[in-house]
Amino acid sequence: MNNDELKLQLSAILPSAVYEEGTEWLTVQADAAGWKDFARALRYTPGLEFDFLFCLTCVDWKTHLGMVYHLTSTVHGHTIVVKSKLDRDQPVIETVCDIWRTAEFHEREAFDLFGVRFNNHPDLRRLFMTDECPGWPLRKDYEDPVNMIKL
Amino acid sequence: MASQQHTDQTPFPGQVHPTAGGGIVISKLDDIINWARSNSLWPLVFGTSCCAIEMMSTASAKYDWSRFGFEVARATPRQADVIIIAGTIVNKMAPVLKRLYDQMADPKYVIAMGACATSGGPFFYNTYSVVKGADHVIPVDVYIAGCPPRPEALLHALISLQEKIRSGATREQIKEEKG
Repeated sequence: MNNDELKLQLSAILPSAVYEEGTEWLTVQADAAGWKDFARALRYTPGLEFDFLFCLTCVDWKTHLGMVYHLTSTVHGHTIVVKSKLDRDQPVIETVCDIWRTAEFHEREAFDLFGVRFNNHPDLRRLFMTDECPGWPLRKDYEDPVNMIKL
Repeated sequence: MASQQHTDQTPFPGQVHPTAGGGIVISKLDDIINWARSNSLWPLVFGTSCCAIEMMSTASAKYDWSRFGFEVARATPRQADVIIIAGTIVNKMAPVLKRLYDQMADPKYVIAMGACATSGGPFFYNTYSVVKGADHVIPVDVYIAGCPPRPEALLHALISLQEKIRSGATREQIKEEKG
């Protein structure tokens, strides 16, 4: 499916979806609250079948946190990007690791470095940083006077 | 001395006094030990980032560090003489590096390869995770500039280390002398 066909089918599943213009891959802004159902639909709807989550990351925009999911279908060969805005003080979103197993570790990484809480994640612990580490190192306002030399 | 290093690789230490039917070599035992040690340096298999790729290249056929006596790369610190810190050392890696260094048998030597191992390099500023120079963790004998350094630079460093060993100027040897 090309981007326009995908857009048509996605609008049927999620009428509230907002699309970004001028991107190579179809980019969808989805609400964090409806993300889990939307994800399930993306994975299992015949014709879509996004069976491969090839990138899951978080971006600190200073005003808010943005989750970014890159999905592709190995069956149909199409790709989309789903973005979701989170509150910087209370970043909470539903886990998708029961839909895409790979998300388990990627979500742990996003939790470790950005402090995003993934609801119903089976094992949400620090991944790279030690358990004692204070704060979330990849946030723009992170301060670490011991290890960091500021420029 | 530096200009000699590529032409005059490993002169046997001592003077030969010809006698009938042969000759006598007069030398110092320390010099002979250093000469022997400098020509058989076994590096530890240790690489933490892209510098390791250059290190592998230095070991491979095109550059071939075995020409200078480095071919026996060891995967255990207990059999290695020199550790080439090829790459970034992060805070989590630092205790591992220290333990590897401690496990190496004396005499042991350290080469800091590239900007990261020397000073933290591109990760000097605004990083929460990188050690700003491997010499915060273990003592270093030879530093190599570059990001990553070319294989020629690593060979130059290895040959410089050999010279340092032969002249008794490595940290280990100085420490030993002081007792």
